[in-house]
Amino acid sequence: MPRPAVSIRNVGKTWDVEGRPPLRAIDDLSFDVAPGEFVVLLGPSGCGKSSLLYMIAGLEGVSNGVIEDDGLAISGPSPERGLIFQEASLFPWLTILDNVAFGLAIRAELPERRREKAREILRRVGLGDVLDKKPDELSGGMRQRAAFARALVMQPRVLMMDEPFAALDVQTRAKLQDFLLQIWQDSGASVLLVTHSIDEAISLADRVIVFTARPGRVKQIVPIDLPRPRPTRSPRYHEYRDYFTVLLAAEVDKAFAEQSGL
Amino acid sequence: MTTDTVAVGAPAADLPLPPKTRRNWRKARRQLAALGWGVVSIGLFAAIWEALWSFEKVNPLLLPPPHLFLQDIPGTLKFFDRSNRVGSVASGGGVGALGITMFWTTFRVFTGLALGFVSGVAVGAALHYVRWLRNLLMPTVLLLAPISPVAWLPVAIFVFGIGDVPAIFLVFITVFFTIVLSTGAQIESVPVNYIHVARIMGATQTQLFWRVILPSILPSLFMTLRLNLFGAWMVVLIAETVGVGTGLGQIISMARATFNAKLVFFTMAVIGALGFLSDWGLRQIQRRMLWWVAPNRGGV
Repeated sequence: MPRPAVSIRNVGKTWDVEGRPPLRAIDDLSFDVAPGEFVVLLGPSGCGKSSLLYMIAGLEGVSNGVIEDDGLAISGPSPERGLIFQEASLFPWLTILDNVAFGLAIRAELPERRREKAREILRRVGLGDVLDKKPDELSGGMRQRAAFARALVMQPRVLMMDEPFAALDVQTRAKLQDFLLQIWQDSGASVLLVTHSIDEAISLADRVIVFTARPGRVKQIVPIDLPRPRPTRSPRYHEYRDYFTVLLAAEVDKAFAEQSGL
Repeated sequence: MTTDTVAVGAPAADLPLPPKTRRNWRKARRQLAALGWGVVSIGLFAAIWEALWSFEKVNPLLLPPPHLFLQDIPGTLKFFDRSNRVGSVASGGGVGALGITMFWTTFRVFTGLALGFVSGVAVGAALHYVRWLRNLLMPTVLLLAPISPVAWLPVAIFVFGIGDVPAIFLVFITVFFTIVLSTGAQIESVPVNYIHVARIMGATQTQLFWRVILPSILPSLFMTLRLNLFGAWMVVLIAETVGVGTGLGQIISMARATFNAKLVFFTMAVIGALGFLSDWGLRQIQRRMLWWVAPNRGGV
């Protein structure tokens, strides 16, 4: 058994906002992500799945427990653990090429070399023709692909995504999901993807980690043993779908009850 | 890799030339139309004035219409002086003297704006990032900010004496506090994901500021600067009247003292043109340096 890419041990997170009672977002969470594995975090909104990504990325600290990256406790952000948001969040003052080369520039790589690398990766994501465009001039799907390229050019071992397709229309979303599977297989990175869409979870994941309502805990870990590309019309697919629907419904009810109880 | 499954759209720039030429043509026509309307607008204003004069509704001694105050330009230019020296009035300078006078006034405006902008951003950022500095200075800044720049004029003369500096100082004050306060506010509103991206890429605090924070706040700060340009022009004329003794403000003041209405209106026309041109100049700077901001966003 190889060492896990990311190991989450008894992690808890409490938000302490002044003038409000402390909010327990995540409670005693433990699971591992294997190298090259595609893990989807599924749960009702507000269950702390995004907080977990930010903690793995090193942007937020843990309140309890420890998160290990390749055996070492995480102390801060690193380009080895890339994070992609719902919005592409490209810098509007840089061209697409310079946006993708941004991390290499921070690392002080030579201009010629970093442009070469960025160009190469942009060609791979199908944006070879728009290198000198401004982010404003691209469609939402193209911008999100540029954001993928910006993370990929740093050759991350872990690629995290916080609902990366939520802001896109249905057709673009389906295409980008295929595209994501491709770059995942090419890069060999582990992927951690947060979503509340059951279909997205089934069509992408090796394993789905279902979260409880707040405070977020692991409710169940479900391996998806369907061949890729996932046959959305197969009976197995629908069994998974029904299974997750029932699992989630209980948690959504709980989350809803808590919110209306406030 | 099956790029065909992901290619969402081809870039428009690959299309053959005609659309671009057509776009240029359309742009030229739009600019021509704008120019036409400008001429009509100013022409109408002048025509009403001239009509009132010809029907003897206005006294040409008090409100000389354009054809009168533009008629005797060499005579008017007598009142401009070539040197930028206090008290040397009406050496009969001609066009060169007009140019020199315009230059000095414009120089004071732009020097004051540049100093105010740069130090405003620097101080605003320092106040934002250094907590004890903010606690120490913010109350004073908030106290001084609402004071009209004109009220600073005596102070400026006491401290700097008669000369260029009080005028530059007044323009500086016009933009400085506004820029200090809005720098802090703008840094607060930088999208948090920009900062996350930079931190993940391993940016240091310095890199974060120069490569992410500064470019994201510059467009709106520059907009604030442009909005304060006209204020700067007002203030510099007052300063020149009282505290400098040269420049267009001094000419206006002298014209008032000698009851020379033609000179007043001639100088006003010059000031109007300069104000318009300097706004156009700032717009050009904005377009060159802040190219990622669409020209129609955040003002003209």
